[in-house]
Amino acid sequence: MQYMLLIYNDPQKEPAYGTPAFQEMMAGFFAANARMKEDGVLRSGEGLQGIETATSLRIKSGKVETMDGPFAETHEHLGGYYVIDVADLDAALTYAALIPSAHFGTIEVRPLMDYNPTN
Amino acid sequence: MTQAVPKAIAVAKLLDSTLRSDRGRLLAILAANLRDLSLAEDALQEAAVSALSHWGRAGVPASPQGWLLTVARRKALDRLRGARRDARKAEALAQLIVREEAEPDDIPDERLRLIFVCCHPALELKSRVALTLRTVCGLTTTEIARAFLDQEPTMGQRISRAKAKIAGAGISFFVPTAEHWPARLDAVLTTIYLIFTTGYLAGSDCTRDLCLEAEYLTRIIDRLRPEDPEIEGALAMILLTAARRAARIGIDGASLPLSEQDRNLWDRAQITEGRALLARAIARRSPGPFQIKAAIADCRLAEGGPDWPQIAALYAALFRFEPTPVVSLNAAVAVAEAGDPARGLEIVEGLADQLADYQPWCAARASLLAATGKPVEAARAYGRAIELAPGPAEVLFLEKRLAALPCTGSALPGRE
Repeated sequence: MQYMLLIYNDPQKEPAYGTPAFQEMMAGFFAANARMKEDGVLRSGEGLQGIETATSLRIKSGKVETMDGPFAETHEHLGGYYVIDVADLDAALTYAALIPSAHFGTIEVRPLMDYNPTN
Repeated sequence: MTQAVPKAIAVAKLLDSTLRSDRGRLLAILAANLRDLSLAEDALQEAAVSALSHWGRAGVPASPQGWLLTVARRKALDRLRGARRDARKAEALAQLIVREEAEPDDIPDERLRLIFVCCHPALELKSRVALTLRTVCGLTTTEIARAFLDQEPTMGQRISRAKAKIAGAGISFFVPTAEHWPARLDAVLTTIYLIFTTGYLAGSDCTRDLCLEAEYLTRIIDRLRPEDPEIEGALAMILLTAARRAARIGIDGASLPLSEQDRNLWDRAQITEGRALLARAIARRSPGPFQIKAAIADCRLAEGGPDWPQIAALYAALFRFEPTPVVSLNAAVAVAEAGDPARGLEIVEGLADQLADYQPWCAARASLLAATGKPVEAARAYGRAIELAPGPAEVLFLEKRLAALPCTGSALPGRE
């Protein structure tokens, strides 16, 4: 099954550049990436630019409305994601726990919609 | 004479008792085969309907369980093929049916898998409780709703949502591997613990005794996974707590503190078995939260009254596994009972932000205010504890305590 690991966190709580905590976080992401690749489960994964770069859009009565900012004004923002292909939820949760920002943010684990269950 | 009516009665009775005793087992095997709890339930239900007409006509098979299992598998296969769903799964199931029919008497016990699925930590705790009681223990949705003071449709929706999440989120029907075992077992035992405490507080209001269901579940797990100290600890905790059950309410209907309970009403057999289990668990030298909880329950049974200093130390040890405010509250009560009510009160006051609306906190605070010579504040706190009390026995007990306060004359503060 494929799962998306959605990485949410509050930028206020991120470790600052140059601190040992920052180094540790970078090393943690590197190790998580390497492990997912080694195990052959990583399908894709990207980090996102900050919410100050976000634009939201919806269509109201046929008219496109464009807004500055993210979908929801919350403290925790979507900062990136991985897509992994593993046997079950327990395996997905194991990889999610490798993501270092889980120590100060939240990782949401969601299965991808499978349109072809018969394979 | 066809004897259709007597036969129908006998068959219905046999089917009912078979399902009552073996529904959980059969469902567990089907769910493990099909990796789909809803499909397993539907298939077993259809097989039961078939059994009524088939057994009535052709007689009862040598192994009713084996018959139900085979027919349920065929029904599931029909459904999978009919819906053109999951061809690989259907093929695997077809092969299984052929294979198993060669040796129909060998029915494995797959309930461990089912319990771990129903108690997966990705499900909300209350949903885990409901789903486990429904599928493994075979309680009806009505019975579960009554036990948790919920509306039946709400409980039904909760159970369906949990089943949908199991299928949708890819929760697997395997017993967890060693890496996941401690966390997953803790989720299972926590679920059983909530079933037990709900039953313990509810008393005999429910048609099914949840304390016995909790004991039953823990015994299944202990049998299928012997020599696990936490499972033994959980069973010991259940037995050592349940042993005091008959003594916890006095003749006036008020709950009794440990010091006033009639020890002759304690269940000796449960205490003996619980202590033996606890000793066995501790000898394995791998401590865990349920062994500590069992040890605490045992200290409450000590000859000559509860061993409060030891209980306080055990709660401190438990806090390392479960750093929750509820554990701190229990530790504070033990510290007070061990002879330092001022220190106990200090800890309790420090938990106000987290536990202000938690009834046991209000009751403990009231009692400690009274013990430290603050009757006016104690009376107000008793008032709040009574408002939040879970049942009449607790209300009566608190009202007696309130009435015994030195200051209480005509006006009771906080009880206007």
